Amino acid sequence: MMIQVDEKGFYGNFGGAYIPEMLYPNVEELRENWEAIVASPTYQEEFQSLLKDFVGRPTPLYFAARLSESFGAKIYLKREDLCHTGAHKVNNTVGQIILAKKLGKKRIIAETGAGQHGVATATVCALMGMDCTIYMGELDIKRQRPNVERMRILGAKVVPAISGSKTLKDATNEAMRAWIADPVGTHYIIGSVVGPHPYPEMVARFQSVISEEIKWQLKAKEGRENPDLVIACVGGGSNAAGAFYHYYNESKVRLIAVEAAGHGIHSGKSAATSVLGTPGILHGSKTLLMQTEDGQVVEPHSISAGLDYPGIGPVHAHLHEIGRAEFVGVEDEDAMKAGILLSRTEGIIPAIETAHAIHALNQIEFNANDLIVINLSGRGDKDLETYIHWGNY
Amino acid sequence: MNRIDYLFQTKKERILSIYVTAGFPNLEDTLPMMEAIQAAGADIIEIGLPYSDPIADGPTIQESNTIALENGMSIKKLFSQLLGFRAKIHLPVVLMGYLNPIIQYGVENFCKKCKELGIDGLILPDLPMSHYLEEYKELFERYGLFNIFLISPQTSEKRIREVDEHSNGFIYMVSSHAITGAKAEISPEQEQYFERVAAMNLSNPRLIGFGISDAATFQLASRYSQGAIIGSAFIKSIKNSNDSNADINAFIQGVIG
Ligand SMILES: Cc1ncc(COP(=O)(O)O)c(C=O)c1O
Repeated sequence: MMIQVDEKGFYGNFGGAYIPEMLYPNVEELRENWEAIVASPTYQEEFQSLLKDFVGRPTPLYFAARLSESFGAKIYLKREDLCHTGAHKVNNTVGQIILAKKLGKKRIIAETGAGQHGVATATVCALMGMDCTIYMGELDIKRQRPNVERMRILGAKVVPAISGSKTLKDATNEAMRAWIADPVGTHYIIGSVVGPHPYPEMVARFQSVISEEIKWQLKAKEGRENPDLVIACVGGGSNAAGAFYHYYNESKVRLIAVEAAGHGIHSGKSAATSVLGTPGILHGSKTLLMQTEDGQVVEPHSISAGLDYPGIGPVHAHLHEIGRAEFVGVEDEDAMKAGILLSRTEGIIPAIETAHAIHALNQIEFNANDLIVINLSGRGDKDLETYIHWGNY
Repeated sequence: MNRIDYLFQTKKERILSIYVTAGFPNLEDTLPMMEAIQAAGADIIEIGLPYSDPIADGPTIQESNTIALENGMSIKKLFSQLLGFRAKIHLPVVLMGYLNPIIQYGVENFCKKCKELGIDGLILPDLPMSHYLEEYKELFERYGLFNIFLISPQTSEKRIREVDEHSNGFIYMVSSHAITGAKAEISPEQEQYFERVAAMNLSNPRLIGFGISDAATFQLASRYSQGAIIGSAFIKSIKNSNDSNADINAFIQGVIG
């Protein structure tokens, strides 16, 4: 059971490129060129050097002794929170900005929810001296003030998405519209493993450095490349895709995808797409998405803005359909508690997205002394406001 | 014969297609709007199926979609409104919408229902040619539905020829790098693009849409193609109307003169 994208961009029944003709030339240009460009020595030289000296890779694979003790397993944390800008998102933006430059693009656009991907994009645009416009839901702009200001300090223009529900999916719509309006000079840096082919695979490839490193780091520390379980949270699914990538076809490694269950999976305020979603088309690919009976996209809820998305990347829809990954839904309250737990046992305040992955330890079964890797996708600085507002610590 | 083919065989120029969102501004406005559009002298009626995430549409049509959804519009509801509409409407009618609601309705059922009701064609901006050919062509043809393709200034000559080969009815020429409702002037570059495509001697007629808003832009579009499609400007003209029949008549007469 190989997990692989086919030439039309499908992972099993999910994927493809359902885009307006106006976007066809842009997406086609990318599809035809990205792999060759990324494989070229000049690209690789620049990419590897930036990952090392700008992002700070390799990120540590850290043995969490006290956490391990309390769960009776051997738990390692893959420290993506130590990446420059505080999350895994920058692996992808570094990869795409070099690609955009090689394609001769002058201007970058991106969508953002919590602002993490927006900040990571604004950062690499500043690095490369490229013009940068970030689309962000008007509601999210109000909720995530510090990240909005970070983007502005970095020289990006932040444009509010005022249509629909004024959150991440609407910001994505606006970015797509902006791309239609300037198809020649602009590259759109999508922030997760979503969107039309080739984005899901391209973003996964840039994030796959996570599992590539886990393999040799684990080999050095434990004498084996494969853990028993890999756990990661899923919004669109980019950090999970990166952490799973080199384990997709290692069938003994359990892949645990952790979704936001909000106030409870069936509470009506949740983002647990694998349970609540049905096949449909969102932002250019066929995937599982939360929708009404009439096919209108439903607004999800999660306490963490990064998981507050009504779909999942097509690769995750496929992993779910064939049973290759186990999906777990973690509620807001439990995620917050897990954030405090990690802070107190390991001295690491995680992003609230990431805290969902930590709490999954309480909701899955594993054997004593199983070797578990949790992808620590981001740090909690951006979420201080939410921690403070929650207040239960 | 499909009503669209009949139209283009009997009328060769200055064809006007008017877009209106189903269930806008009020839920039960769909059929009265269609009657008024026909009475005012338009040639084709395009009915928009409202969607929560219309990525090819600008603010005006987005807003009309939101309002229509709030009004309770859905494909089911639209089909119930359209029951028997052919007793009143003889113009070709095309549905324009996004793929997802149609998939949820069930594509085959959707096509079947369209045929029963007397719908002539579909414009689905997020259904690109390759997916159409592989997944939908056979179904659409089985139920006599024309699939209308879009082309834009970025579309290569090779691809325009491919579109022409697979089109029926007409080709929808998007006037610029834009979503619907973009600004109303037509630039020299756009004219060059109109000219370039006109010179290709395509086998299908063409209508120009996006950014066509009044007599002047309609006139200009008609110089390079068989006519034009107006959406956002029409939606604006009916949005706050107190007498929609009169306003629709005034708008359409104002365009075709
Ligand atoms: C720290 C962190 N983790 C996870 C996510 C979710 O995105 P993805 O599922 O693409 O990894 C985000 C998104 O903002 C994030 O900031």
